[in-house]
Amino acid sequence: MAAKELAVLVGGPAGSGVFATGAIAARALLYHGYSVFATNEYPSTIRGGHQWVLVRGRLGENVYAHCRSINALLALDAETIRLHEARLGEGGMVVCDESVAKGLRSNARIVALGLREVVEKAGAPPVAVNVAGLSALLAMMGARLEPILEAVKSYYRGREKLAELNVRVATMAHELGVKLETPFGLKLKYEPRGGRLLLDGNSAVALGALAGGMSFFAAYPITPASPILHFLAEVQEEVGAIVVQAECELAAINMAVGAAYAGARAVVATSGPGFSLMAEALGEAAMTETPIVVVNVQRAGPSTGLPTHTAQGDLRFAIHASHGEFPRVVLAPGDPVEAYQLTCEALNLAWRYQVPVILLTDKYLGESYWTIDGLPRVEPDEGSIIVGEAPAGYARYRVTDDGVSPMLLPGSRGARVYANANEHDEEGFVTVDPETVRRMQEKRFRKLRILRALAEERGVKVYGSGRVALLVWGSTKMVALEALRELEGMKLVQVVWLEPFPAQSLGRELEGCKVLVAENNARGQLASLVREHLLREPDSLLLRYDGRQLEPEEIVEFVRGGSGG
Amino acid sequence: MASAFDTGRRPQWCPGCGNYGILAAVRAALAELGLKPESVVAVAGIGCHGRMTEYLGVNAFHAIHGRAVPVAVGVKLANPSLKVIVHTGDGDAYSIGLSHLLHAARRNVGIAVIVHNNMIFALTTGQAGPTTPKGVRTRSTPSGNPEEPFNPILLALASGATFVARGFSDDVQHLKELVKRAVNHRGFAIIDVIQPCPTFYDVRREIRGRLYKLEGHDPADFKAALNLALEAEKIPLGVLYDVEKPAFEESFKHLVKQPAELASLRKLSLAKLLARFG
Repeated sequence: MAAKELAVLVGGPAGSGVFATGAIAARALLYHGYSVFATNEYPSTIRGGHQWVLVRGRLGENVYAHCRSINALLALDAETIRLHEARLGEGGMVVCDESVAKGLRSNARIVALGLREVVEKAGAPPVAVNVAGLSALLAMMGARLEPILEAVKSYYRGREKLAELNVRVATMAHELGVKLETPFGLKLKYEPRGGRLLLDGNSAVALGALAGGMSFFAAYPITPASPILHFLAEVQEEVGAIVVQAECELAAINMAVGAAYAGARAVVATSGPGFSLMAEALGEAAMTETPIVVVNVQRAGPSTGLPTHTAQGDLRFAIHASHGEFPRVVLAPGDPVEAYQLTCEALNLAWRYQVPVILLTDKYLGESYWTIDGLPRVEPDEGSIIVGEAPAGYARYRVTDDGVSPMLLPGSRGARVYANANEHDEEGFVTVDPETVRRMQEKRFRKLRILRALAEERGVKVYGSGRVALLVWGSTKMVALEALRELEGMKLVQVVWLEPFPAQSLGRELEGCKVLVAENNARGQLASLVREHLLREPDSLLLRYDGRQLEPEEIVEFVRGGSGG
Repeated sequence: MASAFDTGRRPQWCPGCGNYGILAAVRAALAELGLKPESVVAVAGIGCHGRMTEYLGVNAFHAIHGRAVPVAVGVKLANPSLKVIVHTGDGDAYSIGLSHLLHAARRNVGIAVIVHNNMIFALTTGQAGPTTPKGVRTRSTPSGNPEEPFNPILLALASGATFVARGFSDDVQHLKELVKRAVNHRGFAIIDVIQPCPTFYDVRREIRGRLYKLEGHDPADFKAALNLALEAEKIPLGVLYDVEKPAFEESFKHLVKQPAELASLRKLSLAKLLARFG
């Protein structure tokens, strides 16, 4: 049977090349013409501990998210079989090296191959058993050799010796797999489509920042946000940006604030614990009206929580973080293309309205890969900077109708640019005068008028139609889109702008609908915003807070149960 | 000459506060260096020193408590053509913001840090701080400070600072010369300025007869600088250490030009970057 879709899970101990195998598998399927989704799970250790990658492919249509049932399990150790065999669907099988199968008690169909032998014959190090297993497994599904080799070469680009060894391993293992004559009962099709990309949310954020004119990035290492730092550090010379690894998140955001004051479009990226540390400086940016973009790749808290697992638990915190009151924007992309677009938009909003903009993504979005046709063109807009000489009587915090004061950069001839985290007058001097304090607060909050209008205009996205509305935010959208394939009479409503909250446009979408909410947190934080802004109690909530993103199957069951049909 | 560096606001500190002397020294130093006010950025933290940005007529960023140094680092990296001076206090730099100071020194970022070290938390009405001598009675140590103070000079040297000096706020002429050298130093410069707080801890009594000006010291000699830092009875004033090393901002060779925003916004083509995702 031609495989319209399939799912392969690769598992093994940390350090056994599980991620490499997943990445190569994803590319191999992409090069066969499949739309591919890949996600992973790993513990907070470098060696030891179980990790896995799930690669799911679909021909002719998009694949949005993971799934429960898998067709094949590539096991790099026996633990993988024990942990995942229950996920094998009808006709599903385990592929592993003979040594893994030895003495194993399992009800699964196991194809034990001489993978180590292949690796030895190829003259490759023992760890290459991962590529051997993958190539044999894919061959058993009828995969062609050429796309597999392309995938290997693409993964090891710039590491020619490794590429060469793994190409040899993959070629020999493919032969081995072909001989077994596709015992899976499904056969991969080969319908290559050029020009498509496999993009993860973290890289998408980095690309969006670059497209938005970012020239300064600071971060402190933290899972799962570090890949943004890694990517930008690698390309900084090519793109002409400054990338700094700060001594802590306090330093990172304060460096970014200083850089932005001096004229660099600055971005910081972190996860929950680092975002907590950045809270004070968020207020500093707001009070000094210094444009800043803060990316929070959420992970499961509270505190250290589950450092390598996903969650959407920081929504309320992002909206309220830092003491005192100030306008801000909180945006939550649901997929890599949105992550790219919204990071650019975050920079544009920050520099036009001189407010902090927070981008909320999460581990699932940040570290999973989706197939995209390309990225739309986005670019930096001019913002509210005055270039050149200071106009007469220049004041950094001039009270204006829209609340946005003309921004000069230090170094501008004839101007004193005074930014002040104390309450200040129009020129930036400290003040406690009640009338001035009131005027400045009102000036800053006047920016909300236009920000609210933008939120209403751009803040809600709708997919499908029906009398049942499933409300989501962030990466849960992708899981829900996958679920939507199975559901009728349901529309998916995604809230993209969380602050200011698009109450009116969301209210319109939900009118006359049964409202279901699915979120990756324990308390229903989006649901609480619906209560607050729309005075509506959702009809039912599906909440998952075990460090794992919801499953599409779970949403299907929830909607069918919740809508009574 | 110094009027260009005057905002026209009348300074408000306690009578006899060391900040008057530091402000006078910095204004005079900038004037003598022939700098344009627009080419200088002063970043201040929180404490009595924080009002420096109200009175010093240069571009300024009055930051939150303890974070003046990282803000200054960001300013310098984004636009290396600016002279960046940090005004910070002993609470700001040695207590809540200590790690930033040490890491900025380690990186050798081109900023001049002037620490207004009055050995007390003054703006919060007189609590002990990290440089308050042992035994001193303060509002938070009514029976005498039980803690040993930091040695900021030793810390700066250990952290890799390439310019380390100590000044005294009552000696404006001497301090002015230190500021001139610090502002023109390549890389990270720190001046620990001993400053009396006549209201909460007037260190003048404590240091009477102990200060002396360095003569014949080779500031390139690290071990000699360490020995000076370790002196317990006498307190040397002057440049203890001064060597030249490449500054952190110079490592971003691809960006020695002005930030893009000062000219026109850069529109980047991502085509090449996207190749890795195909």
